[in-house]
Amino acid sequence: MLYYDPKDLRKFGNITEWSEELGTKFFDYYGKVFEEGALTAREKSLIALAVAHTEQCPYCIDSYTMDGLQRGVTKEEMMEAVHVGAAIKSGATLVSSVMMMNKVNKLDG
Amino acid sequence: MAGKAIAMSKLKLQSLHKRNSELAQSNRQLEILSNGIFLDGSLTPFAQKIKETGQFPLRPKKLEILQINVGYMCNQVCEHCHVDAGPDRKEIMTVETMKQCLKVIRTTQAHTLDLTGGAPEMNPNFRWFVDEASKAGIKDFIVRSNLTIIRANKKYYDLPEFFKEHNIHVVSSMPHWTRGKTDKQRGDGVFDASIKALQELNAIGYGIPDSDLRLDLVYNPSGAFLPGDQASMEKDFKKALLKDFGIQFHNLFAITNLPISRFLDYLIASENYEDYMYSLVEAYNPSAVQNVMCTNTISIGWDGWLYDCDFNQMLDLKVASKVNHINNYNEELLNDRNIIISQHCYGCTAGAGSSCQGTVAP
Repeated sequence: MLYYDPKDLRKFGNITEWSEELGTKFFDYYGKVFEEGALTAREKSLIALAVAHTEQCPYCIDSYTMDGLQRGVTKEEMMEAVHVGAAIKSGATLVSSVMMMNKVNKLDG
Repeated sequence: MAGKAIAMSKLKLQSLHKRNSELAQSNRQLEILSNGIFLDGSLTPFAQKIKETGQFPLRPKKLEILQINVGYMCNQVCEHCHVDAGPDRKEIMTVETMKQCLKVIRTTQAHTLDLTGGAPEMNPNFRWFVDEASKAGIKDFIVRSNLTIIRANKKYYDLPEFFKEHNIHVVSSMPHWTRGKTDKQRGDGVFDASIKALQELNAIGYGIPDSDLRLDLVYNPSGAFLPGDQASMEKDFKKALLKDFGIQFHNLFAITNLPISRFLDYLIASENYEDYMYSLVEAYNPSAVQNVMCTNTISIGWDGWLYDCDFNQMLDLKVASKVNHINNYNEELLNDRNIIISQHCYGCTAGAGSSCQGTVAP
């Protein structure tokens, strides 16, 4: 987070300069993933926004907030998507407490 | 703080002209657009950009659309209005100028007549002008109605019937299918009034799928971002407006906000100007250039001056031709000209391109 500069996002495409084949393959894949498919491009955009938050990637948050606005996504829809991400994140933390409970029960049950 | 907020919201209800803002001056706008990131080499000026693809100078093709601005007066003060229209704007086309326009309308090769404003209906001679112009047999006669005018005063209540009688193609702005986003951009109460007006238009046959009474909506983004895919937006608009309000319409035109006038003011005040210009330039699409609306449209100002487009009109960039006013109109001579461009033109060439008729890229 410390080194985040919003302007760097414009340079994302430059990663192909240091590894053209892999960079190009990545961007082709990336583009394909977000095409309209079984899910609409709008649904994919909201998934990406939620994941951007769970990954805490500021570039991704900038990108998919902008992308959502361009698609007419409302702020209520965006926030709901982020809560889905947050619920999974917190659920993942809490479900791990079963391991803690197992351990406690084994050691001190 | 509350006092400051109230003062700011009052200012928002006035045009840049009324506020004596420096951005009311077209020279100042052009200066901003030519300096900074375009002067220091960060971004390529538009002329140079189209030179790279062999499209400079930009030249008109066959004239298809006559767009006439009958005045800058409007009942709304939309946040992003490129006309800087509002109730405080007094520039209105006179009957004399309308008569000159009618002479042109009767002889033009253009198949579309497009009346705009402000709120064109607020011109006191609007109905007479529509009546006369509709006799000329123009194939597609558009009135850009902001919808709320229909509900603004009882003298306008019969506008839907008037439009129907004259087979007017109604094109109306609707920035979103939700109240919050619409009112933020166009003013409190605009959404509800627009919905009511759309329902009235639907009730007399406008916008119904097989109806000849055309009703199209114009979507332009409510903030510093580009419009999404026009077809997807149309689908979303249709679904939401039908489900929530039983409203139908024909097509949605997605229009990019051009960085001039009140939108430029907004971009600068919200510190979005540079990022927005980057996004326009990065989305530059050479294939949109060949179909930009200035290549098939002539824009006529309220005082009869001629422009390559409505945006050039607001920047006071008159056509580069000896024929530059409705009183010496000559279509053949006028078509032999170079189109005047500046950095704002990136707004029409970004992504799928943008025009008063929506996207333009093939």
